[in-house]
Amino acid sequence: MTLLAFDWAFTVEKAILIAVIISISLVVAMYATYAERKVAGFIQDRRGPNRAGPFGLLQPLADGLKLFFKEEVIPTHSNKFLFILGPSLAMFTAMMTSAVIPWGGKVELGGRMVDLQVADINIGILYIFGVVSLGVYGMMIGGWASNNKFSLMAALRGASQAISYELAMGLSLIALLMLTGSLSLRTITDQQIQGNWWNIVYQPLGFLLFFICSLAECNRAPFDLPEAESELNMGYHQEYSSMKLGFFLFAEYINMFISCTVIATLFLGGYDMPFVDESQLSGVTALLVGLLALFGKTFLLIFIFMWVRWTLPRFRYDQLMNLGWKGLIPLALLNMVITGAVVLFTMK
Amino acid sequence: MGITQLLFWLLTTLTLGSALMVIFSKNPVYSILWLIITFFAISGHYVLLNAQFLAIVNIIVYAGAIMVLFLFVVMLMNLNMPSSPLKNKWLMFAGVISGGSLLLVLVAALKDTEAMRNGILMQTGDIGLIHNLGKVLFKDYILPFEISSVLFLSAMIGAVVIGKKA
Repeated sequence: MTLLAFDWAFTVEKAILIAVIISISLVVAMYATYAERKVAGFIQDRRGPNRAGPFGLLQPLADGLKLFFKEEVIPTHSNKFLFILGPSLAMFTAMMTSAVIPWGGKVELGGRMVDLQVADINIGILYIFGVVSLGVYGMMIGGWASNNKFSLMAALRGASQAISYELAMGLSLIALLMLTGSLSLRTITDQQIQGNWWNIVYQPLGFLLFFICSLAECNRAPFDLPEAESELNMGYHQEYSSMKLGFFLFAEYINMFISCTVIATLFLGGYDMPFVDESQLSGVTALLVGLLALFGKTFLLIFIFMWVRWTLPRFRYDQLMNLGWKGLIPLALLNMVITGAVVLFTMK
Repeated sequence: MGITQLLFWLLTTLTLGSALMVIFSKNPVYSILWLIITFFAISGHYVLLNAQFLAIVNIIVYAGAIMVLFLFVVMLMNLNMPSSPLKNKWLMFAGVISGGSLLLVLVAALKDTEAMRNGILMQTGDIGLIHNLGKVLFKDYILPFEISSVLFLSAMIGAVVIGKKA
């Protein structure tokens, strides 16, 4: 089936894959809100949501419905188009990152080699950085279009935080890239499956830095200054109501899920199940084991994200900037120099 | 018409159209958003030329970093009101002449270059891939590369010094 010298079956396959990945991200993000409140309840010695459905499992649906039916307010003198564009961009950039993550190995289904990765481009990590750097726009445009001084200030606060921690994040990854010699997430995962150790063993400091920067990029506590509800007059989404507010908040949970998957792929072996030799298993079994491993690691990381949130207090703004510029960036540079020296002296 | 050509014309229209919208938008924030779309379309052209690294760096540096700074400045100065049209007729005249002569120089310089004569390699060629580009940069052009990094570093230090004074 070729039209315009183009393989349309391939397009259909990728379209289905994209639809599945987006639905999974949405469902995971939905239940991450439930998990967040259950974890908070567990840590603060109370029950958490337990009214809607068994164990409160229908709580996310109830919350979603509530947001949908709330009155939608667009402030007067705000820029209507940009006001709507803000949350849309936040959601859009949150969805885009998942395109380069390898969710599993290649498997033969119905005579076709199906690849569980939307795009295996040779600059995979840079693509993620590209999308992350665009994530600032949703926040800034939303904050500015609200025509509210506090929203604008929160947007600027959030944007400068995102930019500062992006730097340290990139620097912490350079050391890892020196070891792998490739920017493709598929190649990095394969190297970890074939080699004996996951990258976290070679790059413990890099992992720690990347983890901290991910917390900051996802606006998670202790870096949640852009949305400090009570202390700093909420955040860039102060004027938003109804589902537009829902989009902003929901995009953050999607970001959290995706960045946990990225950490799992880069440092924890991706879809590599420990102590299991995947090449011994048949195609579909290996795929399922791989998915189980990847999602297990991701959910563990999400739990750690929540654990951090309900344990540590928030940073003050100057502490946040000092940590980013005077703490993390020099550490990342040091890590880079040491890794470079080790690579130079051992591998040649 | 193949899919590559179709994409090329689509991206070209998008690039030129959004570049024009940058100039014609009354609201500076809209101008910046159009400029971001222009950068995306140019990145699309890089992908067609099989230069994925250039494409993504263009997005990270220009769309992701520099335009955020532009947006910062525009939002903080609150340039939301339509700026008053340029009154001085001679200033407009001078602008048109200098812009036109720059265009003339660029066209004259690019008209006879090798690339224009040989046609452009679409989807082939691998100089734009990160592996080859890195080798070229760090082997053949190491001196210019280092000199430009020193230039960037001095500009950065200069900015910090000026910022501290104020």
